This record gives sequence, C-alpha cells and structure tokens, in this order.
Amino acid sequence: MFQEDTIAAIATAVGEGGIGIIRISGPAAVPVAGSLFRAASAAPASTQPSYRAAYGTIVDPENGQTVDEVLLLVMRAPRSYTREDVAEIHCHGGPLPLRRILGLVLAAGVRLAEPGEFTKRAFLNGRLDLSQAEAVIDVIRAKTDASLRMAVGHLSGAFSAKVRAYRHEILRLVAHLEAAIDFPEDDIEELASRDVASAADKLCADLDRLLDTAQTGRILREGLETVIIGKPNVGKSSLLNALLGEKRAIVTEIPGTTRDIIEEFVNIGGIPIKVVDTAGIRETADVVERIGVARAREAIIQADLILLLLDASAPLSVEDKEVMELLSGRQAIVLVNKTDLPAVIDMDDVHRHVGGKPVIRISALEGTGVEELEKAIVEMVYSGQVSRSEGAFVNNVRHSRILRQARDHLAESRATVAAGMPPDCVVVDLKAAWEKLGEITGDTVGEDIIDQIFTQFCIGK
Amino acid sequence: MFSAGSYDVIVVGAGHAGCEAALAAARLGVRTLLVTLDMDNIAMMPCNPAVGGPAKGHLVREIDALGGEMGINTDRTAIQMRMLNTGKGPAVHALRAQADKKMYQRIMKETLENQDNLDVKQLLVEELLVENGAVAGVIMETGEVFACRCVIIATGTYLSGRIIIGDVAFTGGPNGQRAAVKLSSSLAAHGVSIMRFKTGTPARVDRRSLDFSKMIIQPGDDEAHNFSFMSDIATREQLACWLTYTNARTHQVIRDNLHRAPLYTGKIEGTGPRYCPSIEVKIVRFEEKESHQLFVEPEGLHTNEMYVQGMSTSLPVEVQYAFLRTIPGLENVEIMRPGYAIEYDCVDPTQLKPTLEFKSIGGLFSAGQTNGTSGYEEAAAQGLLAGINAAQLVKGLPPFILGRGDAYIGVLIDDLVTKGTDEPYRIMTSRAEYRLILRQDNADLRLTGKGRELGLVSDERYRRFTAKRDAIAETLALLAASTVTPTAETQDKLRSLGSAELRSGSTLYDLLRRTELDYTMLQSHFALPDIPAAVREQVEIAVKYEGYIKKQAEQVERAAKLEAKLLPADVDYENIHGLAREARQKLAKIRPLSVGQAARISGVSPADVSILLVYLEQYKRRGQGQ
Repeated sequence: MFQEDTIAAIATAVGEGGIGIIRISGPAAVPVAGSLFRAASAAPASTQPSYRAAYGTIVDPENGQTVDEVLLLVMRAPRSYTREDVAEIHCHGGPLPLRRILGLVLAAGVRLAEPGEFTKRAFLNGRLDLSQAEAVIDVIRAKTDASLRMAVGHLSGAFSAKVRAYRHEILRLVAHLEAAIDFPEDDIEELASRDVASAADKLCADLDRLLDTAQTGRILREGLETVIIGKPNVGKSSLLNALLGEKRAIVTEIPGTTRDIIEEFVNIGGIPIKVVDTAGIRETADVVERIGVARAREAIIQADLILLLLDASAPLSVEDKEVMELLSGRQAIVLVNKTDLPAVIDMDDVHRHVGGKPVIRISALEGTGVEELEKAIVEMVYSGQVSRSEGAFVNNVRHSRILRQARDHLAESRATVAAGMPPDCVVVDLKAAWEKLGEITGDTVGEDIIDQIFTQFCIGK
Repeated sequence: MFSAGSYDVIVVGAGHAGCEAALAAARLGVRTLLVTLDMDNIAMMPCNPAVGGPAKGHLVREIDALGGEMGINTDRTAIQMRMLNTGKGPAVHALRAQADKKMYQRIMKETLENQDNLDVKQLLVEELLVENGAVAGVIMETGEVFACRCVIIATGTYLSGRIIIGDVAFTGGPNGQRAAVKLSSSLAAHGVSIMRFKTGTPARVDRRSLDFSKMIIQPGDDEAHNFSFMSDIATREQLACWLTYTNARTHQVIRDNLHRAPLYTGKIEGTGPRYCPSIEVKIVRFEEKESHQLFVEPEGLHTNEMYVQGMSTSLPVEVQYAFLRTIPGLENVEIMRPGYAIEYDCVDPTQLKPTLEFKSIGGLFSAGQTNGTSGYEEAAAQGLLAGINAAQLVKGLPPFILGRGDAYIGVLIDDLVTKGTDEPYRIMTSRAEYRLILRQDNADLRLTGKGRELGLVSDERYRRFTAKRDAIAETLALLAASTVTPTAETQDKLRSLGSAELRSGSTLYDLLRRTELDYTMLQSHFALPDIPAAVREQVEIAVKYEGYIKKQAEQVERAAKLEAKLLPADVDYENIHGLAREARQKLAKIRPLSVGQAARISGVSPADVSILLVYLEQYKRRGQGQ
C-alpha cells in the first residue's frame, strides 16, 4: 500500500451557494476531521460508521467559534476512492466557509493536495486498474497545468514582489551565515547573533503584516479573473470606468508598492469580478498593438473570462482577427464599442470569427449596453459556462498557509539564536523559510544560495 | 602492437583520485594497474599544500572511514593542523592540515608500491579500446597494449592541458609536467562529451626573501589533531603560516596591467571556479574592496618554497613581481615558480552513473578533476568510489552508492551526475541539506560499517570502531537511566556548577542538554564513569543537538522513500505520456537510478515526479501481468 501523509483539498467547483466539499485522505483524515467537528448527536467521528453522514458543526479549535453547519462523511480504508481513510466535510458552497474550513484542516497538520493527487493515490493504491493509468496521468497533467496557470495569474504584482523581496532578504542572511561557515579563513565579517535575531524579528513582523492583509482578503482575493483586450483607443479604460462607476466597485489599492498596480474588483450580480492588471492596460493603452498578440495570448490563457472590445467605427484589423482566433474554446464576450459613432464594422464578419460567442453592442462612453453586458456575465456564471477557477480560491488558502509556515520557521530560527545555538543550526530554519516562500513565487531551489555567496563576498584562495 | 599484459582494473593517473582508486580496487582483491606519466610525481599537490577545511575535511574523514588513504597520509606528513570553525556548531568544525608536499608524495608512493594486487608503472595512455560498448583495454604512447575489464580515468588537469602565463602559452600539465594530448580525442571518438575548464595557481616564493616581521603569524593548534580514526599521532613538529594584505598600490599595479591579463584578453577560454578567483578577477569584481588577505604557507620542511595563497594569477611574470613587491613583507620577494593558469579538458559528469561509470561505455569510470571538480579531497573521494565500484563490477557484486544523507561523498557525486557543473566544482557544507548529520566527528560512525561490508576496513579498525560505537550507546543509556531528584544535595551540586536548580525530578540526560553543562562537569558531581574524549564528544553532541539532528534524520527518512523507488534501466522517457517536454529530455539524458534522483534534476517538476510514480506502478503491474 502506498502509505503517505494526509492530504486535503476542495473537491467541488467553487461557486456561490450550493454545497462545497472538503476532502481529506490519509491516516490522519478521520482524527483531523473529528477534531474540528461537533456532531449534533455528540458522537465522536472515530466511532462514526463508514458511509454514514453525521450532522453537526465545524468549530475553530482556537476560539471555539462555529464556522459552518456541515455533514461529515467518513469512508474508511480500503473502501474509499483513494483506498485510504477519507473524510469529507460537506459545507455551504460559498468561498468563506470553504476557505475557513480548509484552512483549519491544513492548520491541523494536513498537507494541501497536489493537483490530481487523490487520483494518483487511488491508482497507486490499486483502486484504479491499469487501463486507467493514462487517464490518471492526464488528470495530473491537466490539473497541474491549470493550477500553474492560476498560480501565476493570481499573484498580484505587489504581492509577489513583496514575497520575493522578503525571500531575498532571507537569502542574503543565509548566504552571509553560510559564507562564514564555508570560508572561515576568508575575510568575511561574522554576523553577530543579535543582528541575525533582529533580522529574523523584522522578517517575522513583515510576514505577520502580510498575513493580516491576506486574512482580510485585501491582497489575496479571489474573483472571476477577467481580462479586457482590444486595440488602442478602443475604449478599454472607458469600459472599466463604466463598470466601476455604475456598480460602486471596490477599488483595492495595495499599499507600499512602487509600481502603481491596481486590481479592480467589480461586484456584478453578487459575483466578484477581478479585472487583471488594469494599470498595465492603462499605461500601455494598448495590449494588442504595442505588446502584441503574444501578450494578448498570455492574458487570455490566464483569464476565466475575456472581454474583447472591438471598434464599431473602424473596419476589423488583422490584429482583431488574430485575437478573435485566440478566443476559440475560451469563455468570452465580444463587445462592439463606440456605437455612438457611425458604424463601419462588418457585424457578419464579427459573428463569423467568434463562433457562437455573445456579441453585445455598447457605448462605454455613454454607458449604453453595459447593463446588457452585466446580464450576460451573470448568465454565463449561473449557467455554469464560466466558473470561478479553483486555482484562485485554493491559492488563497495555500498562500496563507505557506506564509504562516514561513513565519513559523523564522520564529524558530529566532528561538535557535536565543538558545545560544550556533549559526549552522540557525540556518536550518532560515533556509526552510526561504524554500517555503519559493513555493508561492514558483522559484525553485537551486544554486541560489551558492550564487549569492559568490555575489556578496570576495572569496578565494 | 606489444601485448603487455592484462588487468582487471587500470587506473589512468596517479593523482589524488588515481591513488585512492588504485588502492581501493587492489584492496578489494582485483588485479590493478596504476599508470602515471611520471613516477616522481605521484600524489602531487600542484596547488596549495593544504588538505581539509569545511566540507573538504569532512570528505577526508569519510574517505578514511571507508578505508581510504588520504587521511592517514596527511596525518603522517602534516606540518601544521588547525581545527577551523570551532566557534560554530560541531557539524561545521573542520580540520585543515598543511602537508609537506614532497613527504606526502613519498609516503603515498611507498604505500602504493607495497600494496598487494597493485602494479604501478610509468606509462602514458593514448587510446582507449572499446569493444561491444565496453572497455577492452588501453594503448600506451610507447606501443604497449594492456587488456582490462575496467578503466578509471583520473587524469586531473593533464588532458590537453595548456599553461598560460601572460603572453606565453604552451602545452603542458601542472607544475612543468607533460600534458596528455591524445587521450581526450580518443574519449571523444568514443562519444564522450568533453568540457574545457580553467584553474590557476599563485607564485611560489623564496622564504629567504620574505620579511615575516611585517606579517601576522598563523600557528597551528597546540592540541594535536588527526584525520584518520586510526592515527594516534599525539605530537607533531609544526610550521607557521603567515598572513598579510594587499593594498591600493597592489591593486593599481594589477589594474594598470589588466590589458595583459589572459583572463581579459581572451587568451583563456575555459571556465574558472568562482571560489578560487585569480587576484585580477577579485580586483575587477570587488572593486570597492581596499585590501585582500593572503596567506604565505610553507610547502614543506625541507624547502624554501612558500605558497602565496590568495594571489593566484596568470599575469606576466614581471607584473607578478611588481604587484607582489607592493605587499608588506614581500617587498624584496624572489619568485621561485611563477603563478600560471591552466586550461584542460574534462568530462561532463552527467554522462556518469552514480557509480562514476559511464552510462554509454561499460567498465569505463572517471574520477576527480576529470569530472569537472577541483580540490584534492573531492578527487580522492571520487577515486575511492570509482575504485570500489570498478572492483564490485569485476567481482559481479552490486554497486556501492552513498546517498546525500549518508555522506558528503554522496552529496558530491549526486550533484555531479544529477546536476552537472558549469565551473570546477568544489564541495561546500552549504551544498549538504543534512549538514547537521554529516559531521566530520561522526564520519567513522556513519561509514565504517559500510566499509567493513565492502571489505575495506581492517579487523583492528573495526574492533576500535565497535568499541567506540558501543561506548556511546551505553553512555547515552546510562544518562537516560540516571534520575536526579531535587534534593538539597542535587541543588548544591547544580549551584556549584553554575546551573539552575531543579524544579522537579530529571535525568542526567536532560541536565546534559543545558548549554552550560558538559559531561565532565556532570561526571565530577554525579559519579559517572570515565569515558574516552571521542565518546564524550559524541554523547554531548547527541544530547545537545538532539532536536535538530532528529529533524534532519526524519527528512532523510522521508527522502529515502523516493530513493527506494528505482527506475528500470530501459525506461523510454521520450514516450512517457504526460511528462513535460523538458522533463522528458532531462530524464532521457541523466537516466536517474531512482525517482528520488529524478526529482533533483532541474526541470523535473513535482507533477513529473507524480507521473513517474504512476508510470512505475503501471510498469510493475504490467510485469506482474506477464
């Protein structure tokens, strides 16, 4: 039997309303679920029979607060999907309870599942037969690719810049300690323990602040990742302003950033819509022409929903057509803007190029057609054509979890210093913190520490 | 062609890799030939006269625990020893010796010449014979042909070596030796991919021309140290090293002459090591640094040659004179041998298995600087492992591979064969993820058992080792079983030791955790037995660092799960559905032995690892189905 640690993930598509399921698999699945679950019958989860649902609540063990009312389903090995002990918590489908419950499960020492990991375990444990191996691989591949796409897409510039900056500070600290260890006869100033301690303290505080903002959802906020693309002066900014102005959108300005990156959240019919990299669009004023079709392609890949803006007062350009090709297989709404001007565009041509995608005529400047657009978005979401990607949602939980772990490692290294332990012990947790943060930014562990040593210090005999 | 004989293993080159390889193979009972292009330069140290230091000293102790020679040979020829990093944790304490270069060579030569199963001959190998994808023999410059099962290439910097000093460049090996010019084309003809690296060395200067009153003395430690578990040397005549510094004038001379520096004129094409930059590189790269330190080190007891560590250079000789003479204590320096750069061919180590055998040519091994490393210790470590594995191959026994959690030797070889290197590779403690376990003080405990299983550990060594191992276990058990209660007597004892009073019952084991207490202190107050210093050291480390050591031991254990998932040799990575393209290419090139090794290849993502696991399961079930 393929025995490993316990993993958890959200098993349902994330949408407003309905039921959400958090699935836990592995040896600690039932005890962990049991530690959070208060059955109405007061029976403990450990005695709950397999395949029987128990009604109760999930309670935050730290403060005793009830998080949500749920059903707990227990499936013991080997009669489960993964052939391991599995616990499923069925809660309300909104993002808040799902995120909080998953957060509690992870805080109890369970690891967030890798993409496709339940299926992988099912296969490795003999639950799926050989003919399904290829399918298993497909699931892993597809989910990984999707989650990578999302992982990158959902990192706000400011957030990842911050994580990278903290990571670099840790790296400098590690490199300094390591250089002194590996080159004791070189001219390297030894770091005093109080300097290491204060650096670790500062980094702890920095991560705490970042965690606070993560918790209030200011930085790591899930939304329907939406990108507006179109030629220069086609009215992208006007459209954004129209959406913002009418709906009293929440504008999030992330503090402390040098680059003026703004993420705009528009609440449309109760659906949070996140318009990506608006500042980028504003600055360059044109995605298609100045950064080219390649950039548009990239933006399209990362988006849940694409709003393509065409100029009704001009004929379709080559770029327009190329971008329309890119929409194939993606969720998109085509907006023909500037209907307040004399029409030049060939609407039949537009329809031919975009297949069955909704085409709406608007005037962003005058605000006409915007309501229709909103209706179309809501309809697409509720009809299930577009769903808020799991990636955004999971990333949110995942990031908080990683930040907390990195913070804990830093605190641990701080305690090591305080206990009078030598630098080679202090470095253990500093390195761990650095590696953890790398999981957010997707930077892999490599020769970085050694490179940094040689960049920072003149070493050599 | 003159058929001159046949051997099981032929080792090409008698540097630090070659010596260990030949000794290990011969000691494992296979008929071995060691060839060198100069019998008088066996085990030569063409760079500085030092052995050990962080990670390198660890390697020497590991080599020793596996029955290698470098530790013993250094102990017997050392003219100074220092334990470095004593202000840091035990894991990074590092023994460093200055050796008498000539004596080092003489003693090693004597050991080689008297080793059973081993012949040493002065010959220059020019061609490798390969039949049916496996080594068949070698052809010498002088026409002799030797048949063999295995060849270990340990040619250091001799392969197509080229010496550069200022505007002068000529074909040659280190220290005025010949180069081996034909062997690398023979290797290339057999499909071996060759890289070109560069390294360098400073001038050797005349002791009589130096003014030591202007330098800072760097004596050895008063306490005698030894690398080898078997050395009992308690006193040793020691020579001092000397510290001095460059200044603005030194830097000016070098800056004024950069246009004559081969590194900057394009005369040198090979890649040099970042941790061993020449003085001209240091001055260009760290412009703001006002002064660089240099150590003047004796090359031996019976020579006036002194090594100027820190001043490696390939500037013209007149410029070497000019900048050296700006340095306090070196105002009247006389150069005996100038500094030089050397470019040489080496093998891309990703072509090797973790046994150091080529994947594409059976029985062909490569070890040492030839594999793109630098350093005597790195070379010796690889030589030892190549020698062991060649002998295992000849004897039809399983390969001997050390993991990253077993030894620095494991880290070194895994880095080389899994990641490769784009500069001469040096081992560093920061390369080891399980540093707190891989200590120099426990190399014997980690590896003597493995050496014994191989047959490289003598009865006497094994007896000493088991005695030490058992004494450690007994002492730890005794400490854990020794309870202390907060009686007035106990509190008095603790107060007199400067330690806090007990609040409740405890054990001596727990008391030893306290930073202010050590075994000797407890012994004097709590009737503990007298134990050897080496046992005491292990006991104290085990108790005081228990938490950290445990954490790393668990990490090793977790990693071992993936290491145990072996990948079959015939996997067709190009056709594993689902692997990312980069992963396919890298896996097909490296051909890792296990999923663990695969996971360390850059470009192989966690998803690719998952897919490999699924593939492996599929492979296994298909095998069962048939």
